[in-house]
Amino acid sequence: MENLLSIITFLPTLGAAILVVFLRGNDEYAQRNAKILALVTTLATFVISAVAIYSKFDPSNPGFQMVESREWLVGLNYKVGVDGISVLFVMLTTALMPIVIGACWGVTHRVKEYMVLFLLLETLMIAVFCVLDLVLFYVVFEAGLIPMFLIVGIWGGKDRVYASFKFFLYTFFGSVLMLVAMIAMWMDAGTTDIPTLLNHEFSYASMTVLGFHVTGGLQTLLFLAFFASFAVKLPMWPVHTWLPDAHVQAPTAGSVVLASILLKMGGYGFLRFSLPMFPVATDVLANFVMILSVIAIIYTSLVAFVQTDMKKLVAYSSVAHMGFVTLGLFTVTKQGLDGAIFQMLSHGFIAGALFLCVGVIYDRMHTREIDAYGGLVIRMPAYALILMFFTMANVGLPGTSGFVGEFLTLVAAFKTNTWIAFAATSGVILSAAYSLWLYRRVAFGDLIKGSLKTITDMNAREKWLMAPLVIMTILLGVYPALVLDIIGPTVNALLENVTSAQAAAHAAMALN
Amino acid sequence: MIGTDLNTVLPELILAIYSMAALMFSVYFGKDKRAHAVFWMTAIVLVVLAAIIAVAPAGSHTAFNGAFVDDAFSRYTKVICLLASATIVLLSIEYCKKNNLLKFEYPILIALATLGMMMMVSAGDLMSLYMGLELQSLALYVVAAFRRDSLRSTEAGLKYFVLGALSSGILLYGASLVYGFSGTTTFSGIASTITGDGLGLGMIFGLVFLCAGLAFKVSAVPFHMWTPDVYEGSPTPVTAFFATAPKVAAVGLFARLLFDAFPEAQPDWTQIIAVLSVASMFLGAIAAIGQTNIKRLMAYSSIGHMGFALMGLAAGTEVGVQAMLIYMSIYVVMNIGTFAFILNMERDGHAVTDINSLGQYSQVEPARAAALALLMFSLAGVPPLAGFFGKLYVLKAAVEADMAWLALAGVIASVIGAFYYLRIIYYMYFGEEAEPLTGKMPAMHYIFLMAAAAAMLFGAINLFGIESYTAIAAEALLK
Repeated sequence: MENLLSIITFLPTLGAAILVVFLRGNDEYAQRNAKILALVTTLATFVISAVAIYSKFDPSNPGFQMVESREWLVGLNYKVGVDGISVLFVMLTTALMPIVIGACWGVTHRVKEYMVLFLLLETLMIAVFCVLDLVLFYVVFEAGLIPMFLIVGIWGGKDRVYASFKFFLYTFFGSVLMLVAMIAMWMDAGTTDIPTLLNHEFSYASMTVLGFHVTGGLQTLLFLAFFASFAVKLPMWPVHTWLPDAHVQAPTAGSVVLASILLKMGGYGFLRFSLPMFPVATDVLANFVMILSVIAIIYTSLVAFVQTDMKKLVAYSSVAHMGFVTLGLFTVTKQGLDGAIFQMLSHGFIAGALFLCVGVIYDRMHTREIDAYGGLVIRMPAYALILMFFTMANVGLPGTSGFVGEFLTLVAAFKTNTWIAFAATSGVILSAAYSLWLYRRVAFGDLIKGSLKTITDMNAREKWLMAPLVIMTILLGVYPALVLDIIGPTVNALLENVTSAQAAAHAAMALN
Repeated sequence: MIGTDLNTVLPELILAIYSMAALMFSVYFGKDKRAHAVFWMTAIVLVVLAAIIAVAPAGSHTAFNGAFVDDAFSRYTKVICLLASATIVLLSIEYCKKNNLLKFEYPILIALATLGMMMMVSAGDLMSLYMGLELQSLALYVVAAFRRDSLRSTEAGLKYFVLGALSSGILLYGASLVYGFSGTTTFSGIASTITGDGLGLGMIFGLVFLCAGLAFKVSAVPFHMWTPDVYEGSPTPVTAFFATAPKVAAVGLFARLLFDAFPEAQPDWTQIIAVLSVASMFLGAIAAIGQTNIKRLMAYSSIGHMGFALMGLAAGTEVGVQAMLIYMSIYVVMNIGTFAFILNMERDGHAVTDINSLGQYSQVEPARAAALALLMFSLAGVPPLAGFFGKLYVLKAAVEADMAWLALAGVIASVIGAFYYLRIIYYMYFGEEAEPLTGKMPAMHYIFLMAAAAAMLFGAINLFGIESYTAIAAEALLK
């Protein structure tokens, strides 16, 4: 079984192909069959990936494992493999997709296409996390735009067209700059093989571009091109504005995918490319990125405060939480990296759950206005409990996974720069404030709105969708070693590479 | 001697004789009653010729004292041109039937234009260059105005003719300057008079005029003005023809002239081509945003795509030429697919060209809409579709040739351009419902549309092996 990763990657495509070829008609039964087939495919993908990775993956090995390589075009390779970092993102993707499919159970508009797009998207997302070829990474990273563009555009809300175009063009623009940088790296190193590139030293001799002095030279330029792409994807302030639009307009399942998995591609990109391949540029720009992260944390938290739309509030809170990710990454310390990766995984579960929670009441009332709700705890006790749980997890309550990631990144930030840590910590307080205030306005108080008098509590399907998310949030919160043990060796090796390269560069510059 | 010469030009000879024979046959035996047969016959002859050229033994030959070159480069471009022309002839049949245009002259004119293209990419002398170019152009002027009772079509033909004649004049003027200053019209002779110290003033003028004339033929900015009008006015299958085979031939001729006649002057002409390339990419991307007529939109799209193809030429390397050939091959397939769709945009028998009319088309014809959406994503250069790989090759060639700025300009233009391709998808999938199009798609069109869309998707696997053929072709040109 040399090609297990390819099987995992392309299994959803197979499901999609079966749907396209064999499913006819658009009646109730055809729709249910489409959903069941998609659910079965995603569950099978999850089971196979879990079994395969559990049995084949060795966490103590920091290198790439389960590698498969074939020749492809232009001297490129189709090469896949996972290391301690990517393996968890692959698992996150395969674990969340059945929940995403479950979340679209109520959809009746063009169900077959909907399922096909989600299945194709799953293939592309898994591929992003396990490809080991630079250009192939670009291909799958970008290709994900097509299904997401259509998901937002066809099944989205009122302003879906604006949101889908903004989403597409924003991310496309960021990525094409990365493409040029990738080609430049290809020319420089003579290969697109990611494991080889990780050991390739790109020139960091200062140079002058259009009259500007560029410290870190080629590395800085390449870093900035990659930064353009990943910062948009993550997203970072000030290029985050597509995210609230896309989230608000996207259907519930689309929001879940976007928040839980697609955003993580940006963070993963920083980990896979920016840090290890451009260590000197990372050194040069780390402070800049950390300051942007802190601004993101504080600014978007404040913006989240004044939102009247629940989804928008959660979207801004996502941007703030992603700020912790970049903050942690660019401290370039063990805690920082651990914390950032942990934060991404935990945010995958928590933000996904919060969007599902918004979806639950949106399906009933068809509005996301916070003012339209109040006192839900009276008619929907189970919902109120779950929403409470995830609100607390979003705030970073100890015992939930949200706490571990934020704590680790803040410790790392504190060690690196006290002022940045001070400012970032205020973001934690702000996040508590807007989350709890949201909860108060939605769930507490008297049930005075007439329209809410007949609202029903969560049904069995919705509860079952939440269950795995609740379990994962608690499990990771009380036993973070589950994640940290797997990423540990890889993160150590990565850090060692980066710091030794930075030290060598410092020594070389001191000599000159 | 004459025997080997004739042997070298055998495919061209066959096509020329076929065209004349078909003309005689149709005139004497039933005229337009035979048109249907002539259409099919022409397509078959073109395909057979493509097959003959494709399996021809490797190697380079020249004929008529170097005026005609037969090498891997010309063979590759000829195969693409012939297949594209054959496809267009087949796509035209239903359209012509419906619009009372089933005349025997049409396929013969296309065959003659194709003959001109074959001459162009094989040109080894300014004379044969001009001969091929004019044979192609004259046939194209006539087919542009083929719908004689339509004001738009005759206007398009006339416009094309006047501007085309102007560009031919410019080209000829350039050729005469080059001849005057080098004393010869053969490409190899011209090349031998250019030494390492660069071009003299007269030669530079000659080169610039030649480039301007050819830029007109590939509709590169700033010589693109005719394109939108002619594309809009011509009968749709003719527009499809303009967008495919002649573009390949013109780009091939461009490469042939620059690499064969001016190899030492590369630093001079790369600048010209780079400017043409950047201007075309941006104009193609920006000007198309405001278009609502799909034929005009495709005109600007083709201008933008020519910019990308010229980027490969601007790189001035073997990789660049290879990238250009790959780009053109993919471009032709995308356009054939797209035009196979546009040919059937009609409501109650009237052709509709407004992109509004595609509103919610995906509900009416999901398969066709999906195919067109794939083609649009591919035209926009979104991976993993073949259109992206075309762009990847030219961008790589540009970066390799130390023209990273050109690559950067290209990707920015491609983001701007993505907008209008997405807009078509927007109408089909997200837009307001429009009165549905009623065009029944003939099987032939359906097959080409689906085949083109499938090629875009499965091209990601290995681009159907064109990489190795184009590598040989590029090597032959730069030897």
